[in-house]
Amino acid sequence: MENKIIISPSPHIHSGDSVSKNMYGVLIALMPALLVSLYYFGLGSLIVTLVSVAACVLFEYLIQKFFFKQPATITDGSAILTGLLLAFNLPSNLPVWIILIGALAAIGIGKMSFGGLGNNIFNPALVGRVFLLISFPAQMTTWPVPGTFPMSYMDGQTGATVLSLMNEGVTQLPTYTDMLLGNMGGSLGEVSAIALVLGLIFLLVRKIITWHIPISIILTSFIFTGIMHLVNPAEYAHPIIHILSGGLLLGAIFMATDYVTSPMSKSGMLVFGIGIGLLTSLIRLFGAYPEGMSFAILIMNALTPLINLYFKPKHFGGK
Amino acid sequence: MLRTFRIGGIHPPENKLSAGKKIVRLAVPKQVIIPLSQHIGAPAQAIVKKGDMVKTGTLIAKPGGFVSANIHSSVSGKINKIDSAIDASGYKRTAIFIDVDGDEWEDAIDRSDNLIKDCKLSGKEIIDKIAAAGIVGLGGATFPTQIKLTPPPGNKAEILIINAVECEPYLTSDHILMMEKGEEVLIGVTLLMKAIDVKRAVIGIENNKPDAIKHLTNLASAYPGIEIMPLKVQYPQGGEKQLIDAVIRKQVKSGALPISAGAVVQNVGTSFAVYEAVQKNKPLIERVVTVTGKKLTNPTNLLTRIGTPINALIEEAGGVPENTGKIIGGGPMMGKALVSPDVPVTKGSSGILLLTKEESVRKPMQNCIRCAKCVNVCPMGLNPTLLMNATEFTNWDMAEANYIVDCIECGSCSYTCPANRPLLDYIRLGKGKVMGIIRARKA
Repeated sequence: MENKIIISPSPHIHSGDSVSKNMYGVLIALMPALLVSLYYFGLGSLIVTLVSVAACVLFEYLIQKFFFKQPATITDGSAILTGLLLAFNLPSNLPVWIILIGALAAIGIGKMSFGGLGNNIFNPALVGRVFLLISFPAQMTTWPVPGTFPMSYMDGQTGATVLSLMNEGVTQLPTYTDMLLGNMGGSLGEVSAIALVLGLIFLLVRKIITWHIPISIILTSFIFTGIMHLVNPAEYAHPIIHILSGGLLLGAIFMATDYVTSPMSKSGMLVFGIGIGLLTSLIRLFGAYPEGMSFAILIMNALTPLINLYFKPKHFGGK
Repeated sequence: MLRTFRIGGIHPPENKLSAGKKIVRLAVPKQVIIPLSQHIGAPAQAIVKKGDMVKTGTLIAKPGGFVSANIHSSVSGKINKIDSAIDASGYKRTAIFIDVDGDEWEDAIDRSDNLIKDCKLSGKEIIDKIAAAGIVGLGGATFPTQIKLTPPPGNKAEILIINAVECEPYLTSDHILMMEKGEEVLIGVTLLMKAIDVKRAVIGIENNKPDAIKHLTNLASAYPGIEIMPLKVQYPQGGEKQLIDAVIRKQVKSGALPISAGAVVQNVGTSFAVYEAVQKNKPLIERVVTVTGKKLTNPTNLLTRIGTPINALIEEAGGVPENTGKIIGGGPMMGKALVSPDVPVTKGSSGILLLTKEESVRKPMQNCIRCAKCVNVCPMGLNPTLLMNATEFTNWDMAEANYIVDCIECGSCSYTCPANRPLLDYIRLGKGKVMGIIRARKA
């Protein structure tokens, strides 16, 4: 027993869970949606995804190395995740230089300006998307028409999303089957409801997230748009169309559930989810933008510290 | 659906390596070191001096305050010295060193294996015998038992809950005690019921010990009022408040005693000690200790005299393996890392766990990603990462407002944290600080 023994406080064992395990878990959950987008949007989807992921990782590395002068933590998977989520929120015909600006906004402004992983207030990928949406409204709302492994990138045929069609009063919408599969115009990762729900199931089974945020968003949106639909079916679309179209499922399952920018208690998560559901529905039905998911999540991100203050975990033996 | 407590909880790998290993009586060592602080509260006061001769079971120290306990010699021989010795806490504290000579017991102690069921004593007399025997909570908290059996005026116990969950990974001493001494345990429970005047007792056992559940359920039919309740495996179910919640669905309020929910909780090992004290006149001088670890050649359960250096226990289990990084007194979740293998076994020693170097090293801490996993597992419904931050920035008001004093230090938060943050280290520090502030305010 000449070698030294270690003295440290309890507990003496650890679950083995890690930040990177959670990040890579979310990446795995995003794979079905990525495959669907490669199928329908082909080369464009591949280019946008690769550029976005590579740019996010690179920017994070450079900022950590040259501004923070600290060891790079890009292997934790969070920058890859931001890159992939940003790509999922972009049209698959977006030029490379715009993607780079989006990645810089996401990582530089959205994440690193607050101090890096864990310190940011807003979902970095959404900061990138909204930055681009406001700066380049034309490019950000021109959507390629889905095909079968199309080999076109910026030169393909373009069309509209379900939500913009509805905003313009068009009544000829894709079928439910197409919306479930993802055979419709839209950002490259948001189109397939089935693929996104598969991801949700994976996240829940692996206990990476709990049901509170995604389910409360989906239910609130369904109920609110459902009431409006019952009031005036000619003006307001069926709630199922709202759930299946635009970024609602992508946002509810993958963006709003971002650990860093969502509340910590169960009750807080429900408030957060209901808030997103209401804001999204309001923007979609009464706002100028056809889509409201990004703004709704960012607004609720800003309210998260306040929610954490008022909605605490249920205290043992408490009132 | 099996019951368990309703907030938080984790399920670490059980690693019950010594499960089913029969209790082995460890040889009496050449010298024992009996610390005067083996319980929560004031240290006991020695009533012997150097050179005195004592028998096994002789009273050698008396309570040093209201919350304190008697201590008896666990061997026969001569007092070598009364001096400071490093104990399981890591601090040097006063202890009585006794050189062993033979094994001559006090005459009053019944050393036979005869089972004595009947007890003519009143509740008060039972409590007095328990106090005289120096019994403390043997689950690890070591609170003097007679005090828990004497509720403050105005409170009346309605139910006795026996803690037999043994939720700590690795530990098996309570399990094997139930298997080998089931009848004694149940008589002990009956005595405790009489002591606090209740008609109902529930023995809570986690479902990973089906043999103990079956064995005690069979025996319990002969003991009216005692019910065996299987519980879902969930750490920290052995926490007093958690066990009460699991068994009778009542949550003891912040700062309140279990008696406010009408419950008195005792450990299953304690009820065995109560049997021996009341029916056999035997003070608390030995206990079952699990010696375990993945690299040990022979993980085992040893009936050990109090004061035996843990070295002797480890030798019995095959000796200290190569590559040992940590020696823990107790289980891996709440046990204490021991500073040396020379510290003695005390009344609260439920186990000795040896971890390898790899198991002993903590991984580097990363930024908090606010994943709320610590919040989800906290059995007290606290926000561990908030409490860690409050402590780090010495914001004691915030720590107090978020119930830092309710932390039971179970370690579920640190165990779970994906960013390897030392949540409990900070919370423990902050809790001590805030408790001091509260005391100062009251004074």
